[in-house]
Amino acid sequence: MKRPVPLAAAALATKHKAGPDGFIRLRIDERDWIGLAMGCAQGLQDLLALWVDDDAAHMGLGVPALKLRIIVSVPLKRGSFPSVAKNHAAAIRLERTLRDLHGIEPKGLPDQRNWIDHGKWPSPPPGLKKNAARPDTAYAFLAAEGEGLHQIAVGPVHAGIIEPGHFRFTANGEAVVRLEERLGYVHKGIEALCRGADIATAARIAARISGDSTVAYSYAYALAIEAALKWRPPPRAVLLRAVMAEIERLSHHVNDVGAICNDASVVVLHAHCTLLREDILQTANQCFGHRMMMDCIVPGGVAGDLSAEGADAIEALLARCATGFEAVVRVYDEAPSLQDRTVSTGIVSAELVQRFGAGGHVGRASGRAFDTRFNFPYAPYQGLDFTMALHSEGDVDARVWIRIEEVRSSMALIRQMLKLLVPGPLMSPSPKARAGEGAAMVESFRGDVFVAVRLDDRARLANFHGRDPSCFQWPLLEAAIEGNIVADFPLCNKSFNCSYSGHDM
Amino acid sequence: MRSLLFRSLIDGSAVIAPPQPGSAAVAELARTLGKQARARLGRSLAIREIDAGSCNGCELEIHAINNPVYDVERFGLKFVASPRHADVLLVTGPVTWNMRQALERTHAATPSPKWVVALGDCAANCGVFAGSYACAGAVKDIIPVDLHIGGCPPPPIEILKGLLALVDELK
Repeated sequence: MKRPVPLAAAALATKHKAGPDGFIRLRIDERDWIGLAMGCAQGLQDLLALWVDDDAAHMGLGVPALKLRIIVSVPLKRGSFPSVAKNHAAAIRLERTLRDLHGIEPKGLPDQRNWIDHGKWPSPPPGLKKNAARPDTAYAFLAAEGEGLHQIAVGPVHAGIIEPGHFRFTANGEAVVRLEERLGYVHKGIEALCRGADIATAARIAARISGDSTVAYSYAYALAIEAALKWRPPPRAVLLRAVMAEIERLSHHVNDVGAICNDASVVVLHAHCTLLREDILQTANQCFGHRMMMDCIVPGGVAGDLSAEGADAIEALLARCATGFEAVVRVYDEAPSLQDRTVSTGIVSAELVQRFGAGGHVGRASGRAFDTRFNFPYAPYQGLDFTMALHSEGDVDARVWIRIEEVRSSMALIRQMLKLLVPGPLMSPSPKARAGEGAAMVESFRGDVFVAVRLDDRARLANFHGRDPSCFQWPLLEAAIEGNIVADFPLCNKSFNCSYSGHDM
Repeated sequence: MRSLLFRSLIDGSAVIAPPQPGSAAVAELARTLGKQARARLGRSLAIREIDAGSCNGCELEIHAINNPVYDVERFGLKFVASPRHADVLLVTGPVTWNMRQALERTHAATPSPKWVVALGDCAANCGVFAGSYACAGAVKDIIPVDLHIGGCPPPPIEILKGLLALVDELK
């Protein structure tokens, strides 16, 4: 093989036409594969996802400035493919996951430790290519050396009502020298459960990848399935999906702003925000029949309609929320004791969010102008008027402001969409079963969710891959806390609010 | 800024009227606990929540019962940070193999007498994750369970009804 050189996805993609899902699909050789990984490291394109299906490794790449998305595939050779992580750090945990779940060797992977496999599974994941699941061995945390360093081990069972994960802090007095995360505790084998399942069964599983992003995952799953089957949802369903997605975003942003204030000991703002969230969830329940709108988006359309009274209830909710939330924002904006905790705490550099392709408030608070709704727009967002929240400070405060601004824009978006709603069917008739592939990206409250599916000729799932926005945010939390005091970790963590379940799958 | 803080002091309460304890929960507790154990529970319970594999949906609704609308603390129910301080373990999720040991150890770390509440459909029967190589089973397959609260996720009012059955006198 000739020596690989950094390669731009844009150069490779010229003259190729994108599929109905907006992705160009190319089979390439190992040299180009390595070249594209080198190109990711140089910032020529973002790594969107990395997965294995059948006898090939697949890499999703994006060039947001050109609205270009491409899925490249390289055939596996004796259960192995050239490591992307060798050149591009954002792929390290993705490749460690592939090793654990498929027994596939990313050749040259710099971190050989297991990740999702904790050595506890009595039987290995189905379809494991090579050796069986690994034995239960001690996990070697990375070392930090120096005088006066001590370690603090936290989790998997945390002190609050949150998901499980392990954090290993190395500290010098109060200052954190290194944080290393150990995840995988809530791995439920979702991709394997979906393989062979019918579309409706897998839809219920996809809705439970990360309960807080249930609408976003159902949305992305539906778009991917519809692309594979050339299925077009009716216009009313297209709008209702986005209404639900914005209500979900609203509920979490409002909640997290309060929770961050709570971690800075301003409990009264937390109480106000939880009241707003409760109001949002009760309205969602009234309109769509489920507080979190779980299983409300299905391939082909939506499961239920929004009545005229429901639309009025949402309008009334938005009026209450606008008043209530702005009162909270005023306190946040004018309280020096709060800002003392959030400003300049947990800074993530612009260079890091760019390199890891971190989406959501984590990316946008550090100057990465990426929002799926803008850069890779899907219906109905192309026709809607809104601006992208963007800050450059990269601290907890900037992440709070991104959320505040997105609460405002979500409310404006919902109002616009309610005006556009016209009566019509909620589902399109399901097309004839056929084999096909589809991929989709949807902006959850946390960032870009990626879903890729392959259907067999009976329209059952031959393969399913989901990539949570947290996959590219968790590693940055380790960087954010460095040099901060241990007591500020809850603030940093809450300002990220990464998903454990979405990451562990 | 001060107006919100001031208003918070004088504004009326958002809290709803207490619901009746769930009848299914009362019946299940009558079976599993008996009068004597219930007498020991009293009216004040410390709860430790454990996510043993949940999708995080149940956690969000458990958070909700702490909000000013449901205000679970008015019933003497309080969430604590350590199993060492807990009377009740509130467990969610299908128990994953990767969380099994942590769940067993947390259970062992909780002083007796202790009670276990399995919350959500996954905790009861693994839900949509049943049959996965990564799931060790329902909560009752790993540790003894005294009460199930069903739902995906159970809405806060149902969680409240279930938990109230724990502190309410058996009629």
